[in-house]
Amino acid sequence: MKRELLDQLLADRAAQRTVVVATHLASGDQRLIHPGDDDPLAAEAALAIQSDKPRTAETADGDVFLNVFNPPLRMIIVGAVHIAQALAPMAAMTGYDVTIVDPRQAWATPERFPDIRILDAWPDEALAELQPDHRTAIVTLTHDPKLDDPALQAALSSDAFYIGSLGSRGTHAKRIQRLETAGFDESRHSRIHGPVGLNIGAKSPAEIAVSIMGQVTAALRGVAA
Amino acid sequence: MSTETRDILQSAADWQAAGRKVALATVVSTWGSAPRPAGSQLAIAENGDFVGSVSGGCVEGAVVAEALEIMRSGTPKQLDFGVSNDEAWEVGLACGGKISVFVERLE
Repeated sequence: MKRELLDQLLADRAAQRTVVVATHLASGDQRLIHPGDDDPLAAEAALAIQSDKPRTAETADGDVFLNVFNPPLRMIIVGAVHIAQALAPMAAMTGYDVTIVDPRQAWATPERFPDIRILDAWPDEALAELQPDHRTAIVTLTHDPKLDDPALQAALSSDAFYIGSLGSRGTHAKRIQRLETAGFDESRHSRIHGPVGLNIGAKSPAEIAVSIMGQVTAALRGVAA
Repeated sequence: MSTETRDILQSAADWQAAGRKVALATVVSTWGSAPRPAGSQLAIAENGDFVGSVSGGCVEGAVVAEALEIMRSGTPKQLDFGVSNDEAWEVGLACGGKISVFVERLE
């Protein structure tokens, strides 16, 4: 590996950019492939990125090993509510770097969320700061349009791989109407999972957290659920 | 990417910045119950220091020995380890898996 390539790899990593190191195994020749690059192995690299697993591409010149360097998985939870108290540690255990966003300081306290990062900011400001990417899941749990709507609008303008919003069918239908009024047509708002979570008959906050975590996992792994 | 991978590549960069020769080993394929998945890395310095792992301890010694040679020659190499590959290597994987490891010099 050339030093310049390693330095670029370290810089990509520090900036939380996804990158694939392509190595021609017979010669050791290497290059970096970023998402969107015009590269003969772009499609193979995209598969590796999606599955977060390295793969070997067979080419006319021989095997090329594609090693994936994805930024860490993140989950942004809007609403420091009861379900968040179950979902945050569950997501952390599943390998996500979790941030809770809630401007209501009585809710977002370290006592309620030990060891979880808390941002007491408005959701649109918080999302502008956190810059969700294709390795980020965003879940809104407040039911309050003042908090959920700006979060969803910011989420829909990002590459987040999962967007979920808590609320009954009726609540969700009204939410969709407001988003359409704000200029988000169906091709955009259909990304939102609402009512949030897999249909497993969840009742308690922890059970609802399980149903959300299951749906997030399915989205990450590219399985319909 | 795991925190571990982070430290491995940073160590490789730091060692080289300190004037040491460095090699990188990467698991490129596995069969059966190999202990570390493809993509796992090991960084090796010329005095034999290493960080990371490619097998959980079974073949690191052999990889380090080969890496020291590759630091001198500069020619990258693909090494195959496994219990069924008895003519080429004396070290095998106790777990019964096979792995292929790509070793290169940091230029």
